[in-house]
Amino acid sequence: MTEMNLIQAVVHTLDHEMERDENMIVLGEDVGKNGGVLRSTAGLYDKYGGDRVLDTPLNESTIIGSAIGMALYGMTACAEIQFQDFLYPGFDQLVNEAAKFRYRSGGEYNVPMVVRTPYGGGIRGGHYHSQSGETHFAHTSGLKVVVPSNPYDLKGLLLSSLRDPDPVIFMEPKRIYRAVKNDVPEEDYTVPLGKANLVREGEDVSIITFGSMVPVALSAAKAAEEDDISVEVLDLRTLNPMDEEAVLKTARKTGRVVSFCEAPRHVSFASEVSATIAEKAIDSMEAPIVRVTGYDTPFPYTLESLYLPDANRVYDAIEKVYNYR
Amino acid sequence: MTKGMLTVLGKKGGKKPHEELGLSVEDLKRLYETMVRVRVFDEKMIKLQRSGRIGFYVPALGQEACHIGAAFALDDSDWIFPHYRDPGIPLLRGITIQEMVHQLYGNAADNTKGRQMPNHFSYKDINFVSISSPLATQIIQAAGAAYAAKIKKDGKVVLTSFGDGSTSEGDFHAGMNLAGVHALPIVFLCENNQWAISVPVSLQTGSESFAIKAQAYGFDGVKVDGNDILAVYKAAKESVEKARSGRGPTLIEAVTYRMGPHSTSDDPTRYTPEGELEAWKKKDPIERFKEYLRQVKVWDEEWENELRTTIAKEVDDAVKKAEATDPPAPDTLFEDVFAELPAQLLAQKDEMKRLIDEYGMPEGH
Ligand SMILES: Cc1ncc(C[n+]2csc(CCOP(=O)(O)OP(=O)(O)O)c2C)c(N)n1
Ligand SMILES: [Mg+2]
Repeated sequence: MTEMNLIQAVVHTLDHEMERDENMIVLGEDVGKNGGVLRSTAGLYDKYGGDRVLDTPLNESTIIGSAIGMALYGMTACAEIQFQDFLYPGFDQLVNEAAKFRYRSGGEYNVPMVVRTPYGGGIRGGHYHSQSGETHFAHTSGLKVVVPSNPYDLKGLLLSSLRDPDPVIFMEPKRIYRAVKNDVPEEDYTVPLGKANLVREGEDVSIITFGSMVPVALSAAKAAEEDDISVEVLDLRTLNPMDEEAVLKTARKTGRVVSFCEAPRHVSFASEVSATIAEKAIDSMEAPIVRVTGYDTPFPYTLESLYLPDANRVYDAIEKVYNYR
Repeated sequence: MTKGMLTVLGKKGGKKPHEELGLSVEDLKRLYETMVRVRVFDEKMIKLQRSGRIGFYVPALGQEACHIGAAFALDDSDWIFPHYRDPGIPLLRGITIQEMVHQLYGNAADNTKGRQMPNHFSYKDINFVSISSPLATQIIQAAGAAYAAKIKKDGKVVLTSFGDGSTSEGDFHAGMNLAGVHALPIVFLCENNQWAISVPVSLQTGSESFAIKAQAYGFDGVKVDGNDILAVYKAAKESVEKARSGRGPTLIEAVTYRMGPHSTSDDPTRYTPEGELEAWKKKDPIERFKEYLRQVKVWDEEWENELRTTIAKEVDDAVKKAEATDPPAPDTLFEDVFAELPAQLLAQKDEMKRLIDEYGMPEGH
């Protein structure tokens, strides 16, 4: 067991798997000598060399498209997109190609690859180093979407993703890259995809969230506890496939749900959670499901802290669903 | 396609190169002054970032000749779709240091309302189109604008600038292709500073140069010494004239060097070979132009000192003012999403106000 932050857990896990699987390669912009602009491939180039840690030309379609080719050819390709905001030049390869290979070939081909990418706000990165685009990906059938919230889960989920027979986009909450730490076992273990995690138990209200909003939800839950409101927090961990069973279970238990993410509200993942509960557990609900999200504006620079949902905004929603009669 | 690399400074014999290029002494002074403005501005802004007063900064250190020399060949009504490393262009077109410093602070006096990270300038009045972070996106947009200029027959030319790394993006190829197909009035300026953050040009292209890529799209490419402002000006002037007279696009590759970090978030010692920076420092574009100006008796020590003192004061005053300016008002968060605020956003704006009333401004504001 070693205490690690999220960045250290990424490096550790990539290293762990590259050692185990000699077919695994890492590719992206600045992942080589530089060790990644956010340091998430630090040391790998020195250890594994330029044939396994590849600095690609500056083109996201190259990164994702060539990873598909490598995966088809039997390699384990782990691509990095420097910031999720910059994925879009490679969106076609991800959405129309990687995600559809299995289906369109009637199961003849499959694309076992992972696209790792840091996402989300809170680092004063303005429009293009802050977006939380999970809905674009979760809307794509054939693509798995994974979002860890702590180093332990990160290792287990990343290993599951790398060993999964289908393409996975692995979205890393860069805002808490260095802030969230926990113990990560040295040995091999996996956390299954498609399984949520109840990170806090409570009786009165459920918050359903993921990624960098998990710590925000937990601090709102703490504040609510002081007012004798008992809040449980479900960390989804995988957005596609979503753990519907866990979502419905917590919704039925408390009957009061705050569905929470940092992306803009309109057609957000929080909306999907809310719709699922409305469809399948409405009979158990004691209050309307409330979404806490970013506003429906592009991501700002100076006013970032006003834009991003914080613990107060979540607390406000907790009170609202709790007091609804 | 010019073989080899176009240089002007340091050539012996013949007429004075600036006279040959039709540049007056006033022009030379303006070019030099703008270069020094960019240099002093950069140095101060890096210090401000290091002391935590601005969040981020992208220096242009070493690349002053590329973008200033090229932009000087344009008419004021010509359009620019810029790279983020070209602060000399707005300065050349009359934007003040104060206006730019407000943008770096993202405050209420920033003309772009604190929406973007530092260096992502936008100045519609001078046809300097809003910069975005996603690389190379401006290149195909510039080709579109040039296509419109051609359709309208208004005689305008478009300049678009970008880095060596950006030539690997699809939008570069799309822009070059469209321009070639329709012989558009556009000049592509590739500022080859040898690096795309930590990735060297050798991992960016298998071509012998960037300039040669133009051939495949059916037009000329020129490779110029990007640290020689007169060479860049010469290449740009010829390209602009060619574009304006309907003879189509040109790709200029300005060979230069990023003499600083990629941005204040970068540490080039991790990846640059030892001695590389020192070698390029000897070719500092400002020093080389200064040497020329001294020879033609336009430069003297006194002017230099006066220039640097005035600019330094201008920057300091601008910083003081920017620091005394409030951040944009919370309501501005909801402006400019659309021309009109839809009901859904209006409701969210009210919700934000209620939250501020109840809980105060959020932490970190
Ligand atoms: C589409 C896209 N991918 C990645 C990035 C991240 N990034 C920012 S600058 C940069 C390097 C750019 O190199 P170059 O085009 O040579 O310009 P330079 O910074 O050297 O002037 C990278 C990879 C980005 N901004 N946009
Ligand atoms: Mg470059």
